[in-house]
Amino acid sequence: MRRPRRPMFLARAPYRRRRLRDAARLLPVVGMLLLLLPLLWAPEAKVSLRSADVVYFFLVWGVLIAVAAVFAPGLRAGEGSDEEED
Amino acid sequence: MQFNLLVAACLLYVIFLFTVAFMVERRAQSGRLVWLRSPLVYTLSLSIYCTAWTFYGAVGYAARSGLEFLTIYFGPTLVFIGWWWLLRKLVRIGRQYRVTSIADLISSRYGKSNTLGVIVTLIAVIASTPYIALQLQSVVLSFGVFATRSPDGVTPPDAASTAIWVAAGLAVFTILFGTRNLDAKEQHHGIVTAIAVEAVVKLVALVAVGAFVVWGIAGGVGEVMERIDAAELSAWQVQPGRWAGLIFLSAVAVITLPRMFQVMVVENDDEGHLARASWAFPAYLMLMSLFIVPIAVIGLERMPEGANPDMFVLTLPLSEGQGGLAMLAFLGGFSSATSMVIVESIALATMISNHIVIPLWLRFRPAAAGQGDDLRGVVLMARRLAIGAVLALGYGYYHVSGGSAALAAIGLIAFLGMAQVLPALIGGLFWRGSTRVGAMLGLVTGFTVWAFTSFLPSFGPGAALSQAVFDQGLFGLAWLRPYSLFGTEAMDPLTHALFWSLVLNALAFCIGSLLTFPGPVERLQGAAFVNVFEGAVGPQRWARGQAEPEALLTMAQRILGEEVALSLFQTAAREQGKEGYLPDPTPAFLDTLEARLSGSVGAATAHAMISQLVGRATVTVEDLMAVASESAHIMEYSAQLEAREAELTRTAGALREANEKLTQLSIQKDAFLSQISHELRTPMTSIRAFSEILTEGDLPPEQVAKYGRIIHDEAKRLTRLLDDLLDLSVLENGTVQLNLGLASLQQMLDTALTAARQTRPERSFTVHRDLPSEAFYVKTDADRLTQVFINLISNARKYCDAARPELRITVRQRGGRAMVDFVDNGKGIPKESQALIFEKFARLTDANRAGGAGLGLAICREIMANLGGSVVYLPGQGGAGFRVTVPLRLEKPAT
Repeated sequence: MRRPRRPMFLARAPYRRRRLRDAARLLPVVGMLLLLLPLLWAPEAKVSLRSADVVYFFLVWGVLIAVAAVFAPGLRAGEGSDEEED
Repeated sequence: MQFNLLVAACLLYVIFLFTVAFMVERRAQSGRLVWLRSPLVYTLSLSIYCTAWTFYGAVGYAARSGLEFLTIYFGPTLVFIGWWWLLRKLVRIGRQYRVTSIADLISSRYGKSNTLGVIVTLIAVIASTPYIALQLQSVVLSFGVFATRSPDGVTPPDAASTAIWVAAGLAVFTILFGTRNLDAKEQHHGIVTAIAVEAVVKLVALVAVGAFVVWGIAGGVGEVMERIDAAELSAWQVQPGRWAGLIFLSAVAVITLPRMFQVMVVENDDEGHLARASWAFPAYLMLMSLFIVPIAVIGLERMPEGANPDMFVLTLPLSEGQGGLAMLAFLGGFSSATSMVIVESIALATMISNHIVIPLWLRFRPAAAGQGDDLRGVVLMARRLAIGAVLALGYGYYHVSGGSAALAAIGLIAFLGMAQVLPALIGGLFWRGSTRVGAMLGLVTGFTVWAFTSFLPSFGPGAALSQAVFDQGLFGLAWLRPYSLFGTEAMDPLTHALFWSLVLNALAFCIGSLLTFPGPVERLQGAAFVNVFEGAVGPQRWARGQAEPEALLTMAQRILGEEVALSLFQTAAREQGKEGYLPDPTPAFLDTLEARLSGSVGAATAHAMISQLVGRATVTVEDLMAVASESAHIMEYSAQLEAREAELTRTAGALREANEKLTQLSIQKDAFLSQISHELRTPMTSIRAFSEILTEGDLPPEQVAKYGRIIHDEAKRLTRLLDDLLDLSVLENGTVQLNLGLASLQQMLDTALTAARQTRPERSFTVHRDLPSEAFYVKTDADRLTQVFINLISNARKYCDAARPELRITVRQRGGRAMVDFVDNGKGIPKESQALIFEKFARLTDANRAGGAGLGLAICREIMANLGGSVVYLPGQGGAGFRVTVPLRLEKPAT
C-alpha cells in the first residue's frame, strides 16, 4: 500500500521537532565515540588505573544523561502528532 | 552482629515487600494506580538490570579488571539515550500486539510460529539458569560473610541449605504475586512496585556504603583520587576488542534479557514513560557505579590479602565496625538478587507455559478444546510449576557448579546467550524480508556456536567438553577449537564467542531470509510490525469462518474468565447491532478476540486455538493478493475520479467562456442593431424631409435639382451601407464565394492606388513603393484582396493628418506568406483605440466622417480571414500602420 504523501516543507515547529529527532538519533552515536575514545589513548601509558580516567568516563556519562534529559520532553511532545514517522 | 538478627531483618524485609505488593494489587483491582504507574516506578523497575552481580560483583570486577566493569552500564546507557531508534518501536509493538514475552514477540512477528517461540524459550531458560544460580550464590555468600563473624555461637546453616531456603522463599513469593491472575496484558503491578521499592533500597545501600568509604574511611574526594592513583589496581589495560565488545554485548542484553523485556515492554503502561526513563535509567546506572572504584580501591588497601573482592561491599563496613551499614548493604544485595530472580522467573514461566505447556496440552487433549474445563487453571498451574522449575534449575546449577566461578564471568555468558535473539529481533522490527526460516536458522546457529564456544567451556575442561576438544578441537579438527574457532586466536574467549556466534547467527538469518518465501500470516505480521507507526495494516487476519459463536465463547471463558469473556462478547454483539452475548464471528471480531487471548496465552497459542474452532487456516496468499488488488482497484478508481473531476472543471470553464461570449455577442448584436438603425435613419430622415419639400411644389427648378441630388446622394449612401452590411454578413458566415486565381501583387496595388485616388482627391499624397519587391504572383481572390488594399489606402488618405501626407507601402515574403505594410506619417491611432478599429461601426472621430459607416476595416478583417490571412494594426511605425498578411498560395477549403 502506498504511504500517505508527506509534505516536502514544514512549518517552523514541526521542522524543529524533526531536527530534535535527528539529534536524538545522533546522541548514542556521539556517546559511543566518546566512550570508545580511550581505546586510542597510548596503551603503554596505562599501567595502572588513573583517577583522571574515572573522572573522564563519569563526565561523559553525566553529559550524555543531561543531553538526553533535555531532549526527552520535546521528543515526547511531538509524538503522535502530524508526522509520526519519517 | 548476630546471625539471628540478620535472619530476622531479612524476614521483616520480605514481609514488608509482601505488604507493598499486596496493597498495590488491592489498589490495582479497584483501579486506583495513578501514582504507582508513574515514569518513576517504571524507571525504578528497569533497575532489575542491576542484579547482585552489579551490587557485589562490580566491586570485584573493578578490583580485578579496572574500569572494564563500566562497559556493562555503558551499553544500556547508549540504548536508552538512543531510545528513539529502537526502544520506542519495541514498546509500541509490545503494547499494540499485547506481547507477553520476548519469545512471544519473535514468534508473533514470524507468522505466530510456535516453533520459534519454543526455540527462544529454550535459549532463554538455558541462558538464564546460570544467572539465577549466580543470584542464589551471591545471597549465600553474603549470608556466609555474616555467619563467619557471628559471635553468638549459633551454628549458621551451611551454604547448600541456605540456597534451598532462599530459592524456595523466592518461588513462594513469585508464585503468590506473579500468577495471581491471567491479566489481559500480562502485567503484575504488585511485583513491579515491589521491584521499584527494592531498586530504591539497592541504590541507597550502595550509595551509603560508598559515601561511608569516601568520606568515612578515605576522608574526602581528593583523598580518594590520590588513592586511586596510588593503588596497584591490577594493571588495567584497555583491550580494544573486549572494551567495544562488552559495550555492545551489554547494549544487546538490556534489550533481549527476558527480565528486561518483561519490565520494559510487557509491564509498560504508557509509552511516555520511556521518554523519562531514557535519561533517568542511565542516571540510575551512573549512581550505582559511582562508588564502585573507591570501594574497590579502599577495599584492596584495607582488607587482608586473599579476601574476596566480590564481598567488599559487605566486608568493608563490617571490618570498620559499622554493623547497621553492613545490614543495609546486605539488604541491598538481597534486594538485587531477589528482584532479578522474581522477574526472570515470571518471564521464563510465561514463556514456558505459553509456548511449551499449553500447546502440548492442546495437542494431547484436543477434545477438551471446546469443553468446559477451565484452561485458566491449567495456564496458571503451568506458570506456577514453571516458576518452581526455573528456580529448581537455578539451584541445581548452583549446586552442581559448586558456586565456584567468579560472578562476572557467568553473567557475561548469560548475556551472550540471550544476545542470540538480536538478529531475529532487529530484523523482525526493521526488515520486512526477514522470514521464519531465517530466524530459526539464525537462532539455532547462534545458540550452537554460543554453547560450543562459551557456555559449555565455562564448566571447565573435562566437564562438558573434554580436554581433547579444548586442545585438538571437535572431532580432532583443529579449526573447531572452542576458544579459537577457524583458527582465530587473537581474541580473548568472550570476544571470540561474541564475534563468532553473532556473526554466524546474523549470516544464517540473512541467508535463510533471502532464500525462503514467507507464508501469508508471516507477511501480514511482518508488515504490521515493521510499519507499526503507520497505523494498522489493512487486511483482516481472519477470513469469515464457520466458527460457532458459542464455542468461541466457551473457549474465551476458559482463558479470560467468565465475566471478562461475557462482557467482551456482549460488547461485540452490541457493536454488530445484536442483542445477547453471541456476536457473529466476523473477521473483525475474531481479530479482537485473538488479540485479547494472546494477551494471556501468547500470540501463537491464541492463533492456534481460534483456528481450531474456525476450522480453516486464516488467510491465504490469495486473500492477501485479493486485498492488494482491492486496494489497487480503489486507487485506480480514485485516479479515475480525479481525472473525471479535472475534465468536469475543464468543461465548466469552457461553458463559462462560451456563456461569456454569448452574452458579449448579445450585447454586440443589440449595439449593432441600434447602430444600424441610427445609420439608416440619418439618410432616411433627409430623404423624407427633402421629398416632402419636393411634393409641396412651387419650387424653383434649380432648387428641385439640388434637392433631387441630395436625395439621390443619400439613397446612394443607403445602398452602399446596405451593400456593405450584406457583404459583411456574407463574409462573416463564411459563405462567400472566392474567385481564386494568380494575380500580380504589383498590379493589385496599382489598381488599388488608382481606385483610392477618388477619396479626397483634392489632397496631394505621396506614395513610396519598392516596385521590384512587389513583382510576384499570388494565388488568391484578387478582387477581394484589392478591395482590402483600396480600403487601407483610402483610410490613409482620409485620416492622415500630416501637412504633407505620405504613404509607404512595403512588401515582404516570409514563410509562404506575403506581408504588405501600409504606413503613413500621420499621428497614428491611440493605443486604447487600436483594439477597436476593426469592430463594426467603429469610428475614431466624427470630425473626419467622410461618408463611411465604419464598416470598412471590419470588412477588411473578414475578407482577410476568408483569404487565410490577416490584417492587423502595426504599432510603433511613426504613423498609422497596417500589415496585411496573405498566403502566397491559397488552396480552396475542403468544403
